[in-house]
Amino acid sequence: MKRLMNWIDARFPLTSTWKSQVTEYYAPKNFNFWYFFGSLALLVLVIQIVSGIFLTMNYKPDSALAFNSVEYIMRDVKWGWLIRYIHSTGASMFFVVVYLHMFRGIIYGSYKKPRELIWIFGMLIFLVLMAEAFMGYLLPWGQMSYWGAQVIISLFGAIPVVGGAISTWIRGDFVVSDATLNRFFAFHVIALPLILLGLVVAHLVALHEVGSNNPDGIEIKEHLDPETGIPLDGIPFHPYYTIKDLVGVVAFLFIFSAIVFFAPTFGGHFLEANNFLPANPMKTPPTIEPVWYFTPYYAILRAVPNKLVGVILMGLSVVIYFFVPWLDRSPVKSVRYRGVIYKTALTLFVISFLALGFLGTCPPTPTYVMITRFFGTLYFGFFLLMPWYTRIDKTKPVPERVTNR
Amino acid sequence: MKKLIILFLLAPLAVFAAQNGPHLDKAPINFHDEASLQRGARDFTNYCLSCHSAQNVRYELLNHIGLSNQQIEKNLMAAGGKVGDKMKVAMRPQDAKKWFGIAPPDLGLMARVKGPDWLYAYLRDFYRDDSTQTGWNNTVYPKVAMPDVLWALQGTQVLQSGTKIIDGRTVTIHKLVLAKPGKMTPAQYNAFVGDLVNFMTYMGQPYHNKQIDVGIVVLLFLGVLFVLVYMLKKEYWKDIH
Repeated sequence: MKRLMNWIDARFPLTSTWKSQVTEYYAPKNFNFWYFFGSLALLVLVIQIVSGIFLTMNYKPDSALAFNSVEYIMRDVKWGWLIRYIHSTGASMFFVVVYLHMFRGIIYGSYKKPRELIWIFGMLIFLVLMAEAFMGYLLPWGQMSYWGAQVIISLFGAIPVVGGAISTWIRGDFVVSDATLNRFFAFHVIALPLILLGLVVAHLVALHEVGSNNPDGIEIKEHLDPETGIPLDGIPFHPYYTIKDLVGVVAFLFIFSAIVFFAPTFGGHFLEANNFLPANPMKTPPTIEPVWYFTPYYAILRAVPNKLVGVILMGLSVVIYFFVPWLDRSPVKSVRYRGVIYKTALTLFVISFLALGFLGTCPPTPTYVMITRFFGTLYFGFFLLMPWYTRIDKTKPVPERVTNR
Repeated sequence: MKKLIILFLLAPLAVFAAQNGPHLDKAPINFHDEASLQRGARDFTNYCLSCHSAQNVRYELLNHIGLSNQQIEKNLMAAGGKVGDKMKVAMRPQDAKKWFGIAPPDLGLMARVKGPDWLYAYLRDFYRDDSTQTGWNNTVYPKVAMPDVLWALQGTQVLQSGTKIIDGRTVTIHKLVLAKPGKMTPAQYNAFVGDLVNFMTYMGQPYHNKQIDVGIVVLLFLGVLFVLVYMLKKEYWKDIH
């Protein structure tokens, strides 16, 4: 064994990489609950890729066969129902985990210098994930698949002059059709996953270059052991965080399995009831609503009377996260040492995000639209006013070393 | 911070609470009641399959609710064929469209689309209405293209409208009344539809019993594993302060 390792190490940096990235990679010792979601996101990515491979073995990307091939998987493929439920639950849980992971980044200021690039890679992952989920949702070729895609692609039609041409170019046809299904399949199973994996690597490389932030928002590399050069508040990633993350993984799998086995449709939110009807281009369903993870942005879209402005604001509501590292002017990172103004702004932001998510599932009655505008304003206010309120906010002194709470 | 966590955890509940529809009676769903599923399968093949298909469902499925291949072929496959066949319908879609205005939808997944309670209400809420083309109407699906094919069993219902004073306001109330009894008493008919809906719901997710059984084992396993992993973590972390 020893000789084999020597043989490999003479040709490939196996032991040294393992050491520098895992056993001698030092992470702050005060990670809390919120720090589980990074490794969990990676776990869900693996779950999606593996379950996706098995689905692809029986799925047929053809508008005449797609819907029935999914039912074939559910009924005639051994354990097919389980594979499909894992994949559909995984899609929603991916967003749950990623949203919580992003929230962690926001509350502890993990996007601030020197971690701006980690944040940007993360945001790119989020964008690709949205495209991946959107295209994957077309594949079962149910009513919601079809009409959801129809509505979202037609949004590009709002762009002046070239909008119509762009929509047609995306669909490969004048309506969502077999051509659209085929290209979405190609993007969903190969193009986007490849980009996703590349971005995940970039995200992790950037993270390991600068090291993790922590709930106190302190740079642990500023206090090194004079003899060993190891951060005093750092502990080796392995075994400490590998074992700790394992606890998170098992807890997560418990919740994940509870959904897969006992509530795979999650009351119509993970799998919509209307998607058990085959796509019918001649029959528009009474309500078309996106899956829950898109509803906050969808609510913003619907709250604007002008279609083009609505599309722009919806795009902005997602893209705006990219700018957070530069919008935040606070001298401290963590919410623990920020003042009451920031905490209020953050609370209002969380409430408005959840409210918008809920409103996006409701019919756009005048009352709901008014409420949506209110929360939409709060949502954008969190970002656009950030340079101002983070500067005037009274921060608390940050301790020298990490605290254990 | 604790409050934020709670908010996150409660968010899905708020979404659930928003889903309100008209009140529907609860359908008697029980996938462990084989006798009910068998009666439902018999009635489904007798009454529904002549016009509706269940094109993803194989007759074989009925093996899982206690019917032998022989019983299936002899009693439930009037047109012949093998148990591995799918529940197709002989009627051509073009003809169906000509006769009914719309091709009768496939029923394999209808319970997943509409929900068992909706089906249970739908199949009991037909009434005579001379203003429609078929002479039938339905309170949960107004102006539905399907005539009441079960009228001989249920009898003929009519819709009676009356007014009632609730909280000082006059409210119009519609009520279905049995005008002419059918072959079954109302209780018998309810049970008949209950069995039928039970089977249709089962047909929509025949793996459901297995799903629950496997799920319990998986959760028990993960529960035990969690305790072990948590103890392992405690052991590893005891020297970190």
